[in-house]
Amino acid sequence: MLKINNLHAGIDGTEILNGIDLEVKAGEVHAIMGPNGSGKSTLSSVIAGREEYEVSQGRIDFEGEDIMDLSPDERAHKGIFMSFQYPIEIPGVTVTNFLKTAINETRKAQGMEPMPANEMLKKMREKMALLEMDKGFLSRSLNEGFSGGEKKRNEIFQMAMLEPKLAILDETDSGLDIDALRIVANGVNKLRSKNNAVIVITHYQRLLDHIVPDVVHVLHKGKIVRSGDKNLALELEEKGYDWLKEASTH
Amino acid sequence: MEQLKDKLESSFILFENDLNGQAKTPIHKIRQKAFKTFEEKGFPTKRNEEWKYTNLNPILKHDYRIFQKGDNAIDFKDVKRYFLSDMDTYKLVFVDGVFSSWLSETTHDRFDVCTFNSMMAKNPQLLEEYFNKALPAEESLAAINTAFAREGAFIRIKKGQTADKPVEMVFFTTRQDKEVMMQPRNLVVVEENAEVQIVERHQSLSELPVLTNVATEIFAHKASRLFYYKVQNDNLQASLIDSTSVIQQEKSNVTIGTFSFGNKFIRNNLNIFLQGEHTETNMDGITIIGDGQLCDHHTLVDHKIPNCLSNELYKGIYDGSAHGVFNGKVMVHPHAQKTNAFQENNNILLTDKASIDTKPQLEIYADDVQCSHGCTIGQLDEDALFYLQSRGIPEKEGKALLLYAFANDGLRNVKIQELRKKLNRQIAHKLGVNLDFEL
Repeated sequence: MLKINNLHAGIDGTEILNGIDLEVKAGEVHAIMGPNGSGKSTLSSVIAGREEYEVSQGRIDFEGEDIMDLSPDERAHKGIFMSFQYPIEIPGVTVTNFLKTAINETRKAQGMEPMPANEMLKKMREKMALLEMDKGFLSRSLNEGFSGGEKKRNEIFQMAMLEPKLAILDETDSGLDIDALRIVANGVNKLRSKNNAVIVITHYQRLLDHIVPDVVHVLHKGKIVRSGDKNLALELEEKGYDWLKEASTH
Repeated sequence: MEQLKDKLESSFILFENDLNGQAKTPIHKIRQKAFKTFEEKGFPTKRNEEWKYTNLNPILKHDYRIFQKGDNAIDFKDVKRYFLSDMDTYKLVFVDGVFSSWLSETTHDRFDVCTFNSMMAKNPQLLEEYFNKALPAEESLAAINTAFAREGAFIRIKKGQTADKPVEMVFFTTRQDKEVMMQPRNLVVVEENAEVQIVERHQSLSELPVLTNVATEIFAHKASRLFYYKVQNDNLQASLIDSTSVIQQEKSNVTIGTFSFGNKFIRNNLNIFLQGEHTETNMDGITIIGDGQLCDHHTLVDHKIPNCLSNELYKGIYDGSAHGVFNGKVMVHPHAQKTNAFQENNNILLTDKASIDTKPQLEIYADDVQCSHGCTIGQLDEDALFYLQSRGIPEKEGKALLLYAFANDGLRNVKIQELRKKLNRQIAHKLGVNLDFEL
C-alpha cells in the first residue's frame, strides 16, 4: 500500500530524514519508535504532504502511484490520514460542519455526490458511540477549549468518519490518561481491516499494548536503524534507546 | 477639494432660500453654525491627526451634484435583495434622498418609525431636544451633514416599548447622469426601558461615483436596549463617510455592529458618550476588503462616568491592495472609577500589497479600572491550513474556512437571524467560496 524508497527530506536546508525505506502492506500495523528528534514527526508530515518540507531524494508510492507531487488534500482524497500530535483549534467552525466539509470535499474529489444529511448524522452517532464521546461534542468549535484527551479522541473520531486506507497516528498517546488511551486504542482496533493499514508513531511502548503492531521500526537520526516484531518495542521499553544509538554509530 | 467646498457654499445659499419661513427657526441657527464650522475648517487633510492614514482627496475631486431630482421610482423586485428576506420588518426607504412611501413600512402606533422631515414638521420640540446634541461640533464632515440636514430616518421607541420587529433603513441612489452626493440625517431615540433593532444600509444603483455623507444621532435612555447594525456593502464606485454618535444614559445597553465589505472608500466615525452609570456598550466590526478598497474605522468611547463597561472587537481581512485603518480611542476620565474597557483589533493581510494602520489609543486617568487592548496583524496560519488540507479540504476552501473562523466572533452580537445569514453569505461571497454551512 505504502512504499517509501530512500527518502531524504528536511526543512530550511537541514536534512532530517536520511534515506528512509519502508513498506506497509494492507492489513498491517507498523510502529515507528525512536528518541526525540529522530525524525518521526517529519516522516509523518512528509507522507501527509506538508509543503514546508523539502524532499531532496527518494520517492513515496501509495497504492502503486507516485504521490510526491500531490497536495495534502489530494493525498487525503486518496485515503491517507494523519492524526496530529497537536491538533489545531478552529474557533467558530463546529465539529459537525468541519466533518461535513471534509467528507463532502473528499467525495467530490472521488466523483461522488455529497453524503445525505441523515446518513452523515447516523454515521457520526455510530462513531461517537465507538469512542464513548458525548453528543454535545458535535456542536462545539473544532478543538477549541478541548482537553488534550478530547483533542486526541476527536482525531480518531475524524479518522473513523473519513475511513482512510492508511492512518498515521502521530504521538496519539501523548496527553492521554490510561482510560482515554484504552478507548482510543479500542476505537483504532475496531476500524482495522484487511484493507487498511496503520502506522503508529510513538515514543513509548504503552500504546502498543493496546494496538499491537506487526512490525516495529526504530528511527534514529533520520534512518530506520532496526526493524523487528512487537518484541522489539518491549526490548526498547526495557533498555531505552541508548544501546541502539551506540549500535548505529559503530 | 476647494471646488467641492465652493459648490457646497453656493448650495447652502440655495438651500436657505428654499427653506422660506423655516430659516428663522432655532434649528436653522444650528445648521448655520454648523456650516460656519465647515467653512472655517474645510475638509480634513492628512495633516489632521485623525486623518493621517486616510486621504480624502481622491473622493473629493468629483463634481458631485448636491441636490437630487428625486423623482425616480424603483420596483421592489429590483432591490429586494438589499433587504432582509423572509422576514417582516419596518422599512424606511429613501430613493435619491426622497422618502419612498411605496417601499416603506412605517408606524406611529406604539412607537415612531418615520422620517426626519415629518418629525421636523410635526414634532419640532423633539428636534430642539435632540438635534445635533450628540455629534461633536468640531467635526467638519458631520457639520456639513448638519448644515444640510433635512431628510433621513427618525425612530423613537417610547418608554417601556419593545419594537416588535427590526427596522431597516435603506438609502438607494438610482442610475445617475453624473456624480452625486447624498447626506441623509438620522435620529434614533430609545426611551426609558425601550428596545429596538436597526439595520442601516446605503446602496448605489449608479455606475458613477456616489458620495454618501451620513450622520446619525442616537440617544439611549435609561435601561434602554439598542442593537444597531451597519451593512456597508455598496458598489465599488460608492464612497461612504459615516458619522454616528451615541449618548447612553444609565443602565442602557448599546450594540453597534459595522460590517464593511464593499465600497471604494469607507470612513466610520463612531463616538460613544456615556452619561450614566452601569451602561454596557458593544462595538463589533468585520471588514473584508480587496483591491482598491479603503476602510477606516475611527471609534471613541468616552468613559466620563464610573461603573461602565465597553467592549470592542474589530476584525479585518485585507486582500489585494486593500488599505485598512483602525483607530480606537478609549478615554477614561479621572472620576470614571470601576470602568471596564476592552478593545481588540485583529487583522489578516493576505498579500504583500495590502496594508493596515492600527492604533489603539487608551487614555486612562482613573486608577481603579480594568482596561485592556490588543491588536494583531498576521497572515494565515500555515499549520492550521495543513491541518484542514490533511482532512481533504482543498487549499482554497481551507483558507476560506480559516478566514471565516477568524472573522466569526465579529458576528457574536448579531441578534437578527436573517441578518446573520445575510452577513454569512456576504462573507462567503467576499472570500470567493461556497461553503455549505453557516456559522
